[in-house]
Amino acid sequence: MHTVVLTKGVPDFREGKVAFDEDGHLERGKTPTVMNPNDKIALRAALQEKVRHGGTVSLLSMGPPGYEEVLQEGMREVYADDLYLLSDREMAAADTWATSITITTGLSKLDPEPDLVVAGFKTADGETGHTGPQTTWCHHMNDALPDRSLVTHVVALDVDPEADTLRAKRLVEGDVAEIETVETDLPAFVVTDPEFDPSYHKAAHRLRYKDLREETTERAESYEEHLTTWNHEDLNLDPDFIGLDGSPTIVSGVDPIPQAPSEREATVVSPDDADEMEAVVDELAAFAGGD
Amino acid sequence: MTDADAAGAAETADHEHYEAVVVGAGPGGAAAAAALARQDVETLVLERGVDAGSKNVSGGLIYAEESAPYTIDGLFPDFREAASERPVDEYYIHNVAGDRVKTFDLDRVHHHDTDWCDSVLRRRMDSWLAERVHELTRETGGGLLTEVRVNGLLRENGEIVGVTCDEIDPIRADLIVAADGVNSELARDAGLMDWDDPDDWFQGVKAVVDMDPDVVNDRFDVDPDGGAAHLFSGDLFEGVRGGGFLYTNEDSLSIGTVFHLDSLTAERAEPHELLDGLLTHPLLDRWLQGEYEEREYSAKLVPDSKKVAHPSPHRGRLLLVGDAAGQMQAQGPIIKGMNHAVTAGGLAAEAFVEARTRGDASKAGELYERKLREEGVMEKLRPRRYRASRAVSENDAVNRLGSALIDSPLGAAGLRAAEGLAERAFNSPLLLGMVPDTRFSYVTVPSRIAEVLGEPIEERSYADSSDDADDEDGVRPPDLADRIGDLTYDVGDPHIELLDESYEASGAAVTACPVSAEAFGGGCYRDERIQTNGEEKRVVSLDTQPCIECGTCAVVADTEWEHPSGGKGVEFKEG
Ligand SMILES: Cc1cc2nc3c(=O)[nH]c(=O)nc-3n(C[C@H](O)[C@H](O)[C@H](O)COP(=O)(O)OP(=O)(O)OC[C@H]3O[C@@H](n4cnc5c(N)ncnc54)[C@H](O)[C@@H]3O)c2cc1C
Ligand code: SF4
Repeated sequence: MHTVVLTKGVPDFREGKVAFDEDGHLERGKTPTVMNPNDKIALRAALQEKVRHGGTVSLLSMGPPGYEEVLQEGMREVYADDLYLLSDREMAAADTWATSITITTGLSKLDPEPDLVVAGFKTADGETGHTGPQTTWCHHMNDALPDRSLVTHVVALDVDPEADTLRAKRLVEGDVAEIETVETDLPAFVVTDPEFDPSYHKAAHRLRYKDLREETTERAESYEEHLTTWNHEDLNLDPDFIGLDGSPTIVSGVDPIPQAPSEREATVVSPDDADEMEAVVDELAAFAGGD
Repeated sequence: MTDADAAGAAETADHEHYEAVVVGAGPGGAAAAAALARQDVETLVLERGVDAGSKNVSGGLIYAEESAPYTIDGLFPDFREAASERPVDEYYIHNVAGDRVKTFDLDRVHHHDTDWCDSVLRRRMDSWLAERVHELTRETGGGLLTEVRVNGLLRENGEIVGVTCDEIDPIRADLIVAADGVNSELARDAGLMDWDDPDDWFQGVKAVVDMDPDVVNDRFDVDPDGGAAHLFSGDLFEGVRGGGFLYTNEDSLSIGTVFHLDSLTAERAEPHELLDGLLTHPLLDRWLQGEYEEREYSAKLVPDSKKVAHPSPHRGRLLLVGDAAGQMQAQGPIIKGMNHAVTAGGLAAEAFVEARTRGDASKAGELYERKLREEGVMEKLRPRRYRASRAVSENDAVNRLGSALIDSPLGAAGLRAAEGLAERAFNSPLLLGMVPDTRFSYVTVPSRIAEVLGEPIEERSYADSSDDADDEDGVRPPDLADRIGDLTYDVGDPHIELLDESYEASGAAVTACPVSAEAFGGGCYRDERIQTNGEEKRVVSLDTQPCIECGTCAVVADTEWEHPSGGKGVEFKEG
C-alpha cells in the first residue's frame, strides 16, 4: 500500500513566533515557516494505516526549496518513509488550481502510484480547503489517471488492503454534527478533519507504532537522503499552466490582521438546485481546460 | 454450541497472544521482563504511566544484597552509572526527644549482607530501566508499552488466561506477572490480596528538595561519589508510629516519613504536617541552613511484608511480584522493597522458563513459591522470629511493663550503662527483625535514648550562614495548596468512588489522605456538615482531581478504588 500525504508550509502563527509589521501585515521573512498543523493530522492518519497494514508513506509538497524543512518536520514529528518536493521558480505564486495541477502530475509520477492520497483540512494561512478536492477533480479530468473517490471530513479511517476498499467515518456538520460512515474503493483521496483521532487497539499496533516513531526520528536526521526534488521539466509541465501564469485566482486585496472586516460578496448556491449548480460547473469548466 | 458461544469463541481466538504479559514497569516488572526476555520468552510489558516511573515513589535506597539471587545491576549492567543517584555509604539514626538527640551509627546493619546501596529517584531510574526492557523484550516479539492500564483479569471457564485493559483489546498469555505495585488491582481481582486492614500498611510521604551537588558534598561531608542516609525517630511525630528519613541524591535530597497507617488514622494525624514537622525540625537545619526549594511532594502506601507478604503469591497463570505480593520488608528502620521486587521478578521468570522446559507452564506458580522459600526471600519478608515474638511483644501489658521499666530511674541507669549495647542492638539485623510494631519501639525507646543519652541539638550560628536572608525561623515548606497545584493533572473520569459518605465510614481519609486536611477545601476529601430533617449529619465528600494515587483511601475509607486510565492522573517528575 502506498499512501501519499500532501502538505504545505505556513507561517508559524503561534504566539511568540509570528511577526506582524505596523500595518498588521504578516512579516513572512521574520516568521518561521512550519508544517501546516492540519497536515500533521493527515500524516497521522497515513501512519495509522501503515501501522495497521504496512506499506509506504510519502510526504509530498509543492513550494520553495525552504519547504525541505517542512517535509523534515513531518518526517521527524509524525512519520514519512520518503519525501517529495515539487519546486522551481515556474511553480511559484500558484493558486489552489495551479497547485492542484502540479500536484496531480507529481502524484502520477510516483512509483507505485498511490493507493491513498491524504490531505489535511485547510491550511493555516490560506484557509481555502480547496487543494484537496481540486486535486481529486484533476484526476477525474485526466483520463490517463485512475479515478479517485473523494472522502472529506474524515474522523476515523480503516483501509482493507485485500478488498482494496476504504471505510471512513465523516463528521458532517449541519445543524447538529452527525457521523456518517462511508465505504469506497481504492485508490481514493481522503481529507482528514481536525477531529481525526488515530486509534490503536492492539498491543502489536502500539509496538509497531513505537518502532516506526523511532525510525522516523532517526531518518529525519539525514532527511536529504530520502528527499526527491522535481522541477517542472521533471514533471513535463508547461510553465503556462502552472505557477502564477496558470492561476485563475485574482487577489483583489489583503485585509490586515487583526481588524479584518469581511465584506466580500458571495453568491449562495444551493447544491440541490440543478440550474445553479450547472452555472457553477460552466464557470469552472473554462479553467479545467487551462484557459 | 449456540451462536453466542460461537461468536464468543471466535472472539477469544482473535485475542492477541503473548507468551508472557508483565503488568507494571517498576523494579519488579522490569526485572521479570528482562529475565524472561533473556530466556527468549516473548514478553509484553504494560505500564499505565505516561512514562515508567511517573507513578512511582520510593525513599529510596536500593540495596544489592549479597545473598540475593538477583540484583538490579546483575540484570541491568550499567544501572549504577546510568540510573542511580549516589552510592550511600554512611547510615545514621537520630533518636530525638524535645531538643535532645542521640545519634547512632548504623553502619553495621546498613552494610550487613549489602554488596552496594545507592540512592535513586524513581522517574529517572524506572524510565531508564524501561528503555532497556523495551530493547530486550522487543527482540522477543514483545515490547514495553506505556499509557496502558490493565483493568482486570481475562478469564475463560473461570480460569485466568490473560488481562483486560482500558486502552487496548484483551490479551491472552501463558504467564501473567502482576508487578503492578501496592494496591495491585490484579492481586485483588484474583482474590489474593485485600485492602481492608490499615494495620497491614505504612504510608510514605516524601519531598524532593533541591540542593547543588557541591553543597551536598559539603554539608554532608561526603565525596562526590558518596552519600549519606539519616533516619529520625522519637517524639518528633506527635506519637504516630513511624519515622523519618533523609537521603542524599546527586543534586537533591529525599526527605520523608513512613508511618504505620493504623497509627496515622488512629491519631487523626495530617501526613503533610508530620512531614513539615521533620523539615522544620532544628535537627535538619544543620543541612538545610535556612534554604529550602521543594521540587516535588509525593506519597504512596507501602505494604508491611511481616503481615501481608503472600506465602503463596500465585493463582493459575498469574504470579505476583514485589509490592503486589506484599514483598516489602521493613527491617527496623531500613526499608527494602525495590530489591525484593527485583529478586521476585527474577525468580518468577526463572520459574516460568523451568516449568515450560518441563512441558507444563502451569506449574510456574508452584515453582515460584518454592524458589521464594528456598532462596530465603520468604524468611526475610516474614521472619519466623517476628512471628514468634509478635505474640508477646505486641501485647499491651508487655508494652506497659516495658514503658514503666524504661521510664524508671533504674531503666535510665541501665540504659546509660549499656550505651554501647543500645547502639549494637540497633545494628542487629536479628533484633530488627523482631522489633514489635508498637509505640514502645517507635516512640518510647528512641525518645528515652535521647533523653538519657542525648546531647542538646546544636543551633547553627546564623553569622556563618551562607545566605543572610530571613532564615532565622528555619525553612518554610510550601503549603498544601501549592503542593497540590504543582501536581494536578487530568485524571479523566473519577477513579475512586465513595461508597459510604458517612464520617464514621470514610472520615479517616480527610486527615490520612496526604493531599487533604481537616478544614482545607482544596484537597480530595472534605469534611462537611449537612442538615437533614433538622438533624445535622457529618459527611465527607470526594474530589479526585488533586489525587496523587497513594492508595490510602482504598484502605481507610469505604471506596470503590481503581487507578486512573493509562496516561491519566498524577505525573511525578522525581518520584
Ligand atoms: C516513601 C517511600 C519510601 C520508600 N523507601 C524505600 C527504600 O528506601 N528502599 C526500598 O527498597 N524501597 C522503598 N520503598 C518501597 C518501594 O518503593 C517499593 O517496594 C517498590 O517500588 C516496589 O516495586 P514494584 O515493582 O513491586 O512496584 P512499583 O514500583 O510500585 O511499580 C508498579 C508499577 O506498576 C504500574 N501499574 C500499577 N497498576 C497498573 C495497571 N493496572 N496497569 C498497568 N500498570 C500498572 C505502576 O504505574 C508502576 O509503574 C519506599 C516506598 C515509599 C512510598
Ligand atoms: S484520594 Fe485517596 S488515593 Fe488519592 S491521594 Fe488521597 S488518599 Fe491517596
